[in-house]
Amino acid sequence: MRHLAIAAGLLMATQAAAQTPELTVYTYDSLATEWGPGPVIEAEFEKTCGCDVTFVTAGDGAALLSRLRLEGARTEADVVLGLDTALMGAAAESGLFAPSGVTADYSLPIDWTDETFVPFDWGYFAFVGLTDGPQPTSFRALADSDASIVIEDPRSSTPGLGLLLWVKQAYGDEAPAIWEALADNIVTVTPGWSEAYGLFLEGEADLVMSYTTSPAYHLIAEDDATKTALAFDEGNYMQVEVAAALASTDQPELAQQFLQFLTGEAVQSAIPTTNWMYPAVTPAAGLPEGYETLTVPATPLLMPVAEAQAARDAALEEWRAALAQ
Amino acid sequence: MHPTRGETPAAAPLPARRLRTVPAPTHGPGALAGRLAAGAVCLALVLPLAAILWRAATEDQGEPLFRLGPADLAALRFTLWQALLSALISTLLAVPVARALARRRFPGRGFVITLMGAPFLLPVIVAVLALLAVFGRGGLVNEGFTALGLPTLRIYGLHGVVLAHVFFNLPLAVRLILQGWQAIPAERFRLAAQLGLRPSAVFRLLEAPMLRATLPGTALVIFAICLSSFAVALTLGGGPAATTVELAIYQSFQFDFDLTRAATLAVIQLALVAGAALISLRIGRPAGFGSGLDRPVTRWDAGSLPLRLIDGAAIALAAGFLLVPLAVIVLNGIGGLTRLPASLWPATLNSLLVSLAATATTMALALAMALARRTWVETAGLLPLAVSSLVLGTGLFLLVLPLAAPATLALPITVLVNTLMALPFALRILAPVAARIEAEHGRLADHLGLTGLARLRLLTLPRLRPALGFAAGLTAALAMGDLGVIALFADPQQATLPLQMYRLMGAYQMQAAQGAALVLLALSFGLFWIFDRWGRAGAHA
Amino acid sequence: MLTLDHLILQQGDFSLTADLTLPRGSRCALIGPSGAGKSTLLNAIAGFLPPRTGRILWEDRDLTALAPAARPVAMLFQDGNLFPHLDIARNVALGLSPNLRLTANDHARVREALARVGLDGMGDRRPGALSGGQQSRAALARVLVQNRPLLLLDEPFAALGPALRAEMLALVRAVVEETGATLLMVTHAPEDARRIADRLILVSDNRAEPPAPIALLDDPTPALRAYLGEG
Repeated sequence: MRHLAIAAGLLMATQAAAQTPELTVYTYDSLATEWGPGPVIEAEFEKTCGCDVTFVTAGDGAALLSRLRLEGARTEADVVLGLDTALMGAAAESGLFAPSGVTADYSLPIDWTDETFVPFDWGYFAFVGLTDGPQPTSFRALADSDASIVIEDPRSSTPGLGLLLWVKQAYGDEAPAIWEALADNIVTVTPGWSEAYGLFLEGEADLVMSYTTSPAYHLIAEDDATKTALAFDEGNYMQVEVAAALASTDQPELAQQFLQFLTGEAVQSAIPTTNWMYPAVTPAAGLPEGYETLTVPATPLLMPVAEAQAARDAALEEWRAALAQ
Repeated sequence: MHPTRGETPAAAPLPARRLRTVPAPTHGPGALAGRLAAGAVCLALVLPLAAILWRAATEDQGEPLFRLGPADLAALRFTLWQALLSALISTLLAVPVARALARRRFPGRGFVITLMGAPFLLPVIVAVLALLAVFGRGGLVNEGFTALGLPTLRIYGLHGVVLAHVFFNLPLAVRLILQGWQAIPAERFRLAAQLGLRPSAVFRLLEAPMLRATLPGTALVIFAICLSSFAVALTLGGGPAATTVELAIYQSFQFDFDLTRAATLAVIQLALVAGAALISLRIGRPAGFGSGLDRPVTRWDAGSLPLRLIDGAAIALAAGFLLVPLAVIVLNGIGGLTRLPASLWPATLNSLLVSLAATATTMALALAMALARRTWVETAGLLPLAVSSLVLGTGLFLLVLPLAAPATLALPITVLVNTLMALPFALRILAPVAARIEAEHGRLADHLGLTGLARLRLLTLPRLRPALGFAAGLTAALAMGDLGVIALFADPQQATLPLQMYRLMGAYQMQAAQGAALVLLALSFGLFWIFDRWGRAGAHA
Repeated sequence: MLTLDHLILQQGDFSLTADLTLPRGSRCALIGPSGAGKSTLLNAIAGFLPPRTGRILWEDRDLTALAPAARPVAMLFQDGNLFPHLDIARNVALGLSPNLRLTANDHARVREALARVGLDGMGDRRPGALSGGQQSRAALARVLVQNRPLLLLDEPFAALGPALRAEMLALVRAVVEETGATLLMVTHAPEDARRIADRLILVSDNRAEPPAPIALLDDPTPALRAYLGEG
């Protein structure tokens, strides 16, 4: 019996070695499309790893985490690509992820100390509007103005959650008052970013909750310089998008290699014009032309992960109560 | 009332006694197939729910099942209220339109009737953006108001939600009610004309009983659809006051990862629709017009000028309300056609396959269930309306997970979910017609020994054909336009057309997305047109 | 011989008893006031209404539990005797084969039957394109090909004018004489009964009387006189 088991083990080992190892990467939907960075990441990593990269997608970052939690230890995922700072607290609590072992010279406006989650891009949330439209410079100025805004629901979208935490960090206990003051500026609340941005482009509102990098798309891809993002005096909240290796992966080394690769030149130089975000490590050639025109907020805001996780539910309730009237 | 009835003493309406002598098929393969189908549908709904509940029980141990907060209750209230308003208004507005279409013959009538199916088939985001182009801040209506010096209209709020739901559901309501009108045999109108009945009397004696039989079911379907509204309600509702149960479910899954709460809300949603279904089936008794000989209907009672004007206005207003936003989609989409990525075409093919497969399975199930003619079978067939596709998708995901990689089953599961989602509509269309066929011809068929497949082939299918065509068209188009669960299961290689359209939007490619929406609209409408046309071609052939 | 053995029929709060026999080959008229249960009785014999108690027998064979189509019965209803979506030939052919799988011989029989009732060459028309009399003829053509020993008529010709009705009854009489069928027909017109029937069953007061000779019409019992209105 023992010989048989050893023989079977050897057989399986040689088979595994003979096959190309497969790295399964869970990511959000838009990252893996032909317009996102997915194809570049896959092609470039496969050049060096001797492996086969497979993307599996779920709607957005929140859906991605839900799916991983549903699958638990049974997941086929080796790496998840596309969680963000708002989800990191819940992700860390789930215990599904392993320390990355990645080191890189990040060009983030904040210090990055987390050992599990590897940032691959980042951006500032901002209200985006037209260059000839209203351009308030703070939440208070916005609330006092007639400017109309479309925002996303924090319960179903990443920018929505970002906005919630932004107001909370900037105003603390005064956040409910800010929301009440903003109530008459808010045209509507959409389930996701696409709906909100679509409404804005249709002219339903003066401003939309998006990213400072949104105008870059219009400028670079459409040669349209009419969109601008607003820097707020309170500062602008940040979103850092991260990747992590699953603790349950059967390819920990390959997963680590992939995470390290994400911070490298090949991926980072593709990020600005595919994911329309700032790269986590500035590429050697710098940022693409057009990025220099973007609004750079004076104050980056980002709640520490644990604090954001703790503040989330109460902030949501304040938001709901203020806007539900 | 009944021109061929011979008994001279006081002409009682068709006696209920006689109808009861036709036994319902409690036995036989027909009834069995229907009950099996209903059982399968129940299982397909209950198993995913159970999977979520079971997982919830293992996930957060010891937490109580029911713990709805004030926010949940507010969501429940808003959900019920907007669904009720949407159902009532859609149904009531549909009556004059259906009546006009039933009693007028004009060039392009067939086209208008087909078109009546179209808005219903659009992905939510496309329809909402199209509606906003008409009713939104800078929309056509407000431009007109501004030009006339009138205050502008603000669409966001409960009225906006109801407006959008009416846009989505008015066509369906018109078609369902029109079906009722067309079921009144030509002979009854001939008799009414012979007796010199005024339009009000025709309404009271012929049309009101038909409406009583038709409207509750129509309103129920729309109520149930609107009950699981999410994106429309939130986007046009204007804020978190417009939170629906469906959004609360979504929040439970994605924001809180609270499976217990998600499953609890899903069960409540299911109970609401089941309750509404039972009430409506109880109110909506079959009308019993007796049979006719398929003569073309001529209406002698509706020739007066005021009635012509009313009917003309009803058709013009409804067509305008539905067509102008559609025209916006077409105009916006044409520019985007040149920007469509090549990856759209495999996705389109996937969508077509899903659509045709779902049509086949839905029609088989709906036919079996319609022929069983059992209240519980019909109720079971309406239940999928109440189950959010997110719950269904997540539950199926949990069920599939131990067996296979979910992505490998993305398309079959999409077919399954679309089948379940379309079944209530198909059943709602087929069941009343099937019941009428049995009431009118069942006794003769029993007498002649028409059973099983022969009855299906020689009696049921030919007489059901217009309803079959309409139901199949609706199913095909619904499945074509559904975003649904594919997003939960798909890998990048297995997109459907709506998913690909949504991805374009997410990548800032709004113009290409509008082009994709046009392709989707054209294909949905094309499928609907082909099936519906096939059905109606048989009506007077 | 048709035997109604201690039959009690119940529909809601209406009930009807019948305990009688009818010899084979009789032509029997069912008469009685409206609502007395004439159609109910025919429906029970045809198998559309299970009796509460009692049995229905044909030539000593118990029919009570049989499905309508399994009974040796051809029946014409007050209306709805033809499927509107099928042409006349197929409507008639259903009497031969409920799944319309027809042999050449079957087709010939359908043509013959149509010719016999005066609808030669009209087999490809649908009922909606026919006159009332022609529809009745088409239904009779089906009765011909069904060739069942028991023919039940539930006033199928009531909507026709007197002359046309007489013509149809003559045709029915010819048909039953050809096929040797036993006829049971509901009628309101004593002259119709006289024209075709040799017996009559009076249905009144929740009871079907045993058959009496048709001559009873000329010398009615008090109950029959009450119905005929000649008292």
